[in-house]
Amino acid sequence: MAESSRAVDAADVAKVGTPGPVITDLEETASASARPADHEVSLESLNQWQLAWRRFRKHRLAVIGAFAFLFMVTMAIVGPILWPYSATHIPGVTTPGGDPPTLSPIHNLFGTDFGGRSVLQFVVVGSRISIAVGVFTAIIATTIGVTVGAVAGYFGGWIDGLLMRFVDLILAIPFLFVVLVAARFFGGGDVVSLILIFGLLSWAGLARLVRAMFLSLREAEFVQAARAVGVGDVRIAFRHILPNALGPVVVSATLIMASAIVLEAFVSFLNFGIRATDVSWGNALSNSKGYLLQGNWWWPFFPGMALAITVIAVNFMGDGLRDALDPRSKE
Amino acid sequence: MTTTVPAGQAVETSLPVATRSGPPPSEVLLDVRDLRTYFHVMDGTVKAVDGISFSINRGETLGIVGESGCGKSVTSLSVMRLLDIPPAEIPSGEIWLDGQDLLKLSEEQMRAVRGNDVAMIFQEPMSSLNPVFTVGNQISEAVILHQKLSKRDARDKAIEALRLVGIANPERRIKQYPHELSGGMRQRVMIAMALSCDPKLLIADEPTTALDVTIQAQILELMRKVQDETGTALMLITHDLGVVAEMVHDVVVMYSGRVVEQGTVEEVLLEPKHPYTEGLISSMPSKGKRGQKLNVIRGQVANPFNLPKGCNFTPRCPYRFEPCPDHDPRIEHPGGPPAACWLWKPAPGYGTAPRVREGAVTASGAKAPIMLEEAAPAVLEVSS
Amino acid sequence: MTASPSGEPVASHDGNGLGEPLVVIENLFKYYPIYGGILRRKVGDVKAVDDVSLEVRRGEVFGLVGESGCGKSTLGRTLIRLQPPTGGRASIAGEDIFAKKGKDLKRLRRRMQIIFQDPVGSLNPRMPVSDIIGEGLLAQADRENRWGDRKLRDKRVGDYLEAVGLRREYSRRYPHEFSGGQRQRIGIARALALEPQFIVCDEPVSALDVSIQSQVLNLLSDLKREFDLTYLFIAHNLSVVQYLSDRVGVMYLGRMMETAPVDELYANPRHPYTVALLSAVPEPDPRRRKKRIVLRGDVPSPANPPSGCRFHTRCWLREQLGNPENCVTETPEFREITPGHRVHCHWAEKISGGIVAQAAASQDVLKTSEPLVS
Repeated sequence: MAESSRAVDAADVAKVGTPGPVITDLEETASASARPADHEVSLESLNQWQLAWRRFRKHRLAVIGAFAFLFMVTMAIVGPILWPYSATHIPGVTTPGGDPPTLSPIHNLFGTDFGGRSVLQFVVVGSRISIAVGVFTAIIATTIGVTVGAVAGYFGGWIDGLLMRFVDLILAIPFLFVVLVAARFFGGGDVVSLILIFGLLSWAGLARLVRAMFLSLREAEFVQAARAVGVGDVRIAFRHILPNALGPVVVSATLIMASAIVLEAFVSFLNFGIRATDVSWGNALSNSKGYLLQGNWWWPFFPGMALAITVIAVNFMGDGLRDALDPRSKE
Repeated sequence: MTTTVPAGQAVETSLPVATRSGPPPSEVLLDVRDLRTYFHVMDGTVKAVDGISFSINRGETLGIVGESGCGKSVTSLSVMRLLDIPPAEIPSGEIWLDGQDLLKLSEEQMRAVRGNDVAMIFQEPMSSLNPVFTVGNQISEAVILHQKLSKRDARDKAIEALRLVGIANPERRIKQYPHELSGGMRQRVMIAMALSCDPKLLIADEPTTALDVTIQAQILELMRKVQDETGTALMLITHDLGVVAEMVHDVVVMYSGRVVEQGTVEEVLLEPKHPYTEGLISSMPSKGKRGQKLNVIRGQVANPFNLPKGCNFTPRCPYRFEPCPDHDPRIEHPGGPPAACWLWKPAPGYGTAPRVREGAVTASGAKAPIMLEEAAPAVLEVSS
Repeated sequence: MTASPSGEPVASHDGNGLGEPLVVIENLFKYYPIYGGILRRKVGDVKAVDDVSLEVRRGEVFGLVGESGCGKSTLGRTLIRLQPPTGGRASIAGEDIFAKKGKDLKRLRRRMQIIFQDPVGSLNPRMPVSDIIGEGLLAQADRENRWGDRKLRDKRVGDYLEAVGLRREYSRRYPHEFSGGQRQRIGIARALALEPQFIVCDEPVSALDVSIQSQVLNLLSDLKREFDLTYLFIAHNLSVVQYLSDRVGVMYLGRMMETAPVDELYANPRHPYTVALLSAVPEPDPRRRKKRIVLRGDVPSPANPPSGCRFHTRCWLREQLGNPENCVTETPEFREITPGHRVHCHWAEKISGGIVAQAAASQDVLKTSEPLVS
């Protein structure tokens, strides 16, 4: 048993094809000879996205959530295009306060409102604004949050102190108050300004999270190793630290998205959100509130369900993504 | 990679095992028979413990040795019944402790056994102590629970236990929280806690692995002293052959969920019989080997989802011969052959085991070619 | 410490034919400030490395042992500029390590590399092996070596994978696909790829199982020969250090307690701490259940180390000598007691083979209670 333990020898031996029980010294040669002994390297090699997908797939709820969310997004994009009626198509009502749901025509699938407008149309057309608010808020907040958190966490010192005090300030602003005031003063009811307000006010928590991740990953051994071979700051931050902080960031982003969707509905319900003439799920809910007592449950029910399903789907998806994106998680 | 293992397969190989039944003689404190612990996970079934048997007499010490993943910790958790079922499953086996089969007890009865009859100390004392309670609180809680003492008596008992493990000023120490103690001190507290109810068996799972050498020396001395004074039996689980040599009388070597060798510590460490034990011992660095290559055990531990059909060690074994890949040479009971190896027992179609025929061959002397010459002719007949 | 160790004629001391000093450390200090109070003022220092001098000769393995918190890893990491030193000087082949900045520092990093302990934590889980090993090449690319060229770099990565006993084709894979021993090989390949002269091995086999440990140790000694390397081998496992090292240094609470050629140190330790440390190692031979010196209590805090000799609070020799005062009041010199053998102890002459046995025999092994320091 005194033979050398170098791979080269092992490979040579294998090539010559020595008969009998010659096992190369090396752990890794096992896979090549199709011996099942080697667990880890006999796995087919997958890149990290394939692996993430494999892990994601195992997360049942996350897959369902992803499908539901994709469905909503698709609906938001193509729904209004496919909608067979014009926006002004109002067939009139047979019951005071609106017709209950019927299977046909499709206009009446979810019932109608007091003026005969289709609730299904609210759901389909309304998804555009609701989902846009969610997605774009998340994009803005994540961009700012990651940047601020990364800079603070990586450089530390006074930069960190300054940025974190700013984060404290943002967190101290009463969110709703700003939304209400801003809605009154700057183009009340404008979707873009709503998104900007949401986005600019909801990045602070994420920034803190990213900062904490950077602070701890900065000391990780693989970062030390990169430093030891002479890798520069920027590359360390973007190639080493950020990818490893991805999981929590993605989860945060989905949470921000979900809460922005709810928030839009909430401020619209209070009539401080988008214009009453635009259709969003929040608006649809808001419009229904005067008629609930008449028993017209379908008014708030369907937009409300759409809202709830989207939010839950986004949360499930975020959960699954976190597990999938953590390269250390086995199952 | 999903490997489904038909349930019948495992049972079939174990058939000859179930020869003993009923409680063991009274001098045997712990008698584990053909224990199997499987984990059902997403990728299949892991046979973490795959039919092992061993026993410990009252007041004696047994070392369970093996590398990570060999199933030694799962064994101890199975004895304590601390595994979550599912994903774990104990499809077969008996664990006789002091005349009762632990696997047949209800969860409630088992709770009375834990702490009272068997106590356990772990590698990481910090994670087994509750950070929000004082040390005294945690010890006396166990005492109150198991021995139904009054609060004051329990406190006295806690102080006494701390004194036993060599902690000075125990009256002051019981008011401290775990984080105020050093690693060695915490391990002492763990031992005090484990001993507070006078268990008959103490299971120590890598008790000194997280500690520095000088602190390890303290803890080992302490465990020896405590064992002398209380007469408790000790099951010491470790990967460190040095610790084994110092601490125990009997040794069980585990590999891939099976016992591959058993014997007294002298037998196992000085004249290892199983090729794995032999490899393990000869791969340890020492002064005498300076400038030379260390022996290595080639390859790595078999994939737990896809164990070889015969001896688990076959792919790494320098002495393997024909029966090894297909026939499992397991040790069936504590009195059986010293090694789970076809070199030491009659292999199917072979008659006498080669090593036995040759006479005892010690670790360093034997070389593979001897075996192959012996085995080769017979092999050809069988296989062709 | 008066005489700088670089000044002495070294090679002549022991006949093992080792070369001139490659790495010289003089009076290295590394303190970590402790902040406290509401104003986050500095209230003290953790003295991780406190006035350590040593030299590593070309082609040798210098083993550095000590228990956790003794500062051995900090020493290694400070030496290769992963952390800024608090004070002292260090040089590699005559070049000042601590004075280098920017481009010069980056260039200097080619000469000295590190292998980490944790085979999991030291490889970025999101990078394929080719990037992990190739990254240093990319960072160090210049017109001369043309490492910026992807093809050239990949070839080099493959060469080093083979050098550490892995297959070329594995370069596309990710760390999680490898076992602990294999990952450690990848970490070694990363360090080798820059063709360093000097490698700090920071507990490279501590996290591995025994059978894998021997594979990696064999690899390290092969590579040393093949690539003409010099190691600073940091470990807490005394038998691993004994197997691999030419000379050994023992650290305790940030100070170097003893340095000597390996056989001399293991056969004839002259510092009471070394004696205790060696006696504490359990040997895998049941016939030799040895008498050991069990030290009392725990290692004191490096934020508030004992005065005089750092070891005096736990020293069995001092106790036997009737607690002499100078251990508490005077910091011992790091003096050369026999050629090549330096000890940081006032009373080292009292220790010889006889005394050790006597000490061990008379020691009440169960006096293992309270730390003497408050």
